[in-house]
Amino acid sequence: MAKNHVTTTINGEPVEFLCETHETMLDVLRNDLGLTGSKEGCGSGDCGACSVMVDGRLACACLMLGAEAEGRSIETIEGMAAGEELHPLQKNFVKEAALQCGICTPGVLVAAKALLERNPDPTETEVRYWLAGNLCRCTGYDKIIRAVMDTAAEMRAN
Amino acid sequence: MAEKTYKWVGTRQPRPDGADKVTGRARFGADFDMPGQLVGKVLRSPHAHANIRSIDTSKAEALPGVKAVMTSADMPDMPDEMAPAGEVMVNLRDVTRNVMAREKALYDGHAVAAVAATTEAIARQALALIEVDYEVLPHVIDVDQAVAEGAPILHENLRTKNVDGAEDTLTNVAARIQFTKGDMDSGWSQADVVIEHAFTTKPVHQGYIEPHAAVASTTEDGQVQLWCSTQGQFNVRGYCAKLLGMETSQIRVTPSEIGGGFGGKTVVYGEPLAIKLSQKAGKPVKIVMTREEVFRGSGPTAAGAMDVKLGATKDGRIVAADLNIRMQAGAFPGAPVGPACMCSFACYDIDNINVVGFDVVSNRPKVAAYRAPGSPVAAWGVESAINMLAEKLGMDQLELRIKNAAREGTKTHYGPTFKDIGMAATLDAAKNSPHYQTPLKPGQGRGVAVGFWFNIGMDSSAACHVGEDGTVTLISGSPDIGGSRASLALMAAEELGVDYQKIRPIVADTASIGFNFLTGGSRVTFATGMAVVQAVREAIDELRARAAKLWEVDVEAVIWEDGCAKPAGSNVGDFEPLSLAEIAVNAGKTGGPINGHAQLNAQGAGPGFGAQIYDVSVDQDTGHVTVDRCTVVQDVGTAIHPDYVEGQLQGGVVQGIGWALNEEYIYNDKGQLENTGFLDYRMPVASDLPMIEPIIVEVPNPNHPYGVRGVGEVPIVPPMAAIGNAIAGATGIRMTDLPMSPPKLSAAIDAARVSEAADD
Repeated sequence: MAKNHVTTTINGEPVEFLCETHETMLDVLRNDLGLTGSKEGCGSGDCGACSVMVDGRLACACLMLGAEAEGRSIETIEGMAAGEELHPLQKNFVKEAALQCGICTPGVLVAAKALLERNPDPTETEVRYWLAGNLCRCTGYDKIIRAVMDTAAEMRAN
Repeated sequence: MAEKTYKWVGTRQPRPDGADKVTGRARFGADFDMPGQLVGKVLRSPHAHANIRSIDTSKAEALPGVKAVMTSADMPDMPDEMAPAGEVMVNLRDVTRNVMAREKALYDGHAVAAVAATTEAIARQALALIEVDYEVLPHVIDVDQAVAEGAPILHENLRTKNVDGAEDTLTNVAARIQFTKGDMDSGWSQADVVIEHAFTTKPVHQGYIEPHAAVASTTEDGQVQLWCSTQGQFNVRGYCAKLLGMETSQIRVTPSEIGGGFGGKTVVYGEPLAIKLSQKAGKPVKIVMTREEVFRGSGPTAAGAMDVKLGATKDGRIVAADLNIRMQAGAFPGAPVGPACMCSFACYDIDNINVVGFDVVSNRPKVAAYRAPGSPVAAWGVESAINMLAEKLGMDQLELRIKNAAREGTKTHYGPTFKDIGMAATLDAAKNSPHYQTPLKPGQGRGVAVGFWFNIGMDSSAACHVGEDGTVTLISGSPDIGGSRASLALMAAEELGVDYQKIRPIVADTASIGFNFLTGGSRVTFATGMAVVQAVREAIDELRARAAKLWEVDVEAVIWEDGCAKPAGSNVGDFEPLSLAEIAVNAGKTGGPINGHAQLNAQGAGPGFGAQIYDVSVDQDTGHVTVDRCTVVQDVGTAIHPDYVEGQLQGGVVQGIGWALNEEYIYNDKGQLENTGFLDYRMPVASDLPMIEPIIVEVPNPNHPYGVRGVGEVPIVPPMAAIGNAIAGATGIRMTDLPMSPPKLSAAIDAARVSEAADD
């Protein structure tokens, strides 16, 4: 079967790719476009390690077909830092040791950024529920929640 | 020991791999590719126990795009004996059979064949074309059923004569071990109060978010390059060399960044298969497990069934302790029953102890290590029973533990006599914690439990390379699973007296640094840390020698202080201090490159003790447990990087909360695993949890230059029992079987209501 020709925008750049109909967006990102920052922890939308933004909405790239990217705007972890300047969330995750192994970190950061764009002043409970779709097995979430709260406070002050 | 003050050790610096890991740049196992690589996929048994009569791969081989197919026939069989593989003693007969089934499939998910194809779709299609003729056999999952008379027998080589049977019959018991101390009869005769109860745990998975992944590239002259996610690249090399009949020098293993392991990435699964497929196909082969394969095919931890009996005097002195524990090894021998038995009563000073343990095989994946392997299973029974004893004695649960705590001079039931341990200090810190001093809210229950892990040393190598500008590359062979690069760099900075940022730590492949035992047992900051300190000190000796040469004095007349060579005293001469950078830039003129190397077998690991406090609320209708507050107290020796020490404590606790409340392997009546995804294997998520309050106790380990003990294992030991104890406090119901999930707890609450109503 012929591959699908898809025209989309990824991290602000126009991108074209060919994909099989069954290929997920995560497969396309990782295998075809070399964007391996999004991780596959489960392939079933349970772990959130492949979290990306699709037209401003948080999504699991493993639950989306590559062909569905047509005409949309996708943001991945690779687009989070502005040039050499890390996003405040990225800075604070390093500063506050909000990661251990780091495999869940890209997904957590994409999800946390989505939260702060929607709610710049979340309560701890709101952060915990928003990130409930992002599994982390190393940290117990404590330092992740703190880093997100601290970043929110910092971004509100600036 | 006098309080030492450090410039770098004990500070919270950004980790050297931080930017890589927050930008998606860090390359984990599945992120590595080779040009022209093939996709490897593994065919797995749908049966829990079956003879394999034959495997026909011809249709799969004929499929266009398929470049190689393999079965166990492509690997040499191995003798039934213990052999070293990367310094771990393993039975290679079992390892080769676990990697790929031979005469029998022994669990649902057991690998039986593998293919390499140009695309994943073709590889999957090829798996479907492999015809395996199975003769399905009766199976057994539960440990006590596996030792019962008439149980299905897994192996022909396990016989009672090797255990303790008078007759020589086939058995599922691989080993029996016993530890005794004192005189049990005397102990029971002193006891005013006796508690006796049975407890069980379910198998749980380590739950690392990154599935196993490996890429192998081989050449016609027998060389192998392997990139994989592992806790021990040298152990992977050792296993693969043995399993494939190769020499270790032919195999170069490069560890990727590792997305969690917790003990589960200390063995091999797809790695030798990728190598063999690559050899057969003549192209690189990449094998990445799916999540379902991780659950079905990789090692969970052992489940256990145990009977605990404790005797105490009226005033709360424990005088006798007995544990009989049966542990499920999975399909091949090797449950962590030794550590379970040794850790069981290690927190206490008890005169009379008898511990018996059994290593039992059953039709489940072969267990792999999981954080303090064995210790949490024993602690579930022992620490629950301690609270039952406290209830019967009418004593506070923490006071009973303080009264019986292991101290300096306590002789353990497994041999060593403790010196310089922090059990008492840890319990005092728990007692004085804000948490323990805060009264419970109505409806809440509070539970306490303690835990122990030996911490280990083993082999490490390290190198310290001084660059021409005076910055330093620090090379170790210990995969960084949770911030150890930062800890190693902090110790190097402290030794060298230079800025932490001037030290760049890297994790090297098997060809670029000497042997390192795997990352596990809480050994890296201790053992690799010792190697780092020694390597840096060797470099410092060389730096001093270069300064001595420039100053034309004896090397003994030069000291190293604050990052500079200085004269040892005013009589040496009037020399301005020479900085690391100043010496480095002239290295070529004073004798060439300046490096330090060290290789050692680290002795003197310091035992680790912890105590944890939980406040829980229980929904009386649903049986749902909420952890309202949690404090984790632990003696870590010295916290080199407090953030990552806290992280280990918090992470271990939350894994324990999952183990306590939800996680379990669920099998159907055919012995097939039913919950093979994160939706049904319910690990804790952020909204399940409160903040986890860490209290770091520092009783330095005198055998380490910075007092390190090790951190990572102990935190997972107490949670299950502590939460069970808290549930008992909140509901009056003593749970004895893990997990304490809503269906089980609500059934227990309902049963208690019925029983109360009957009493009225």
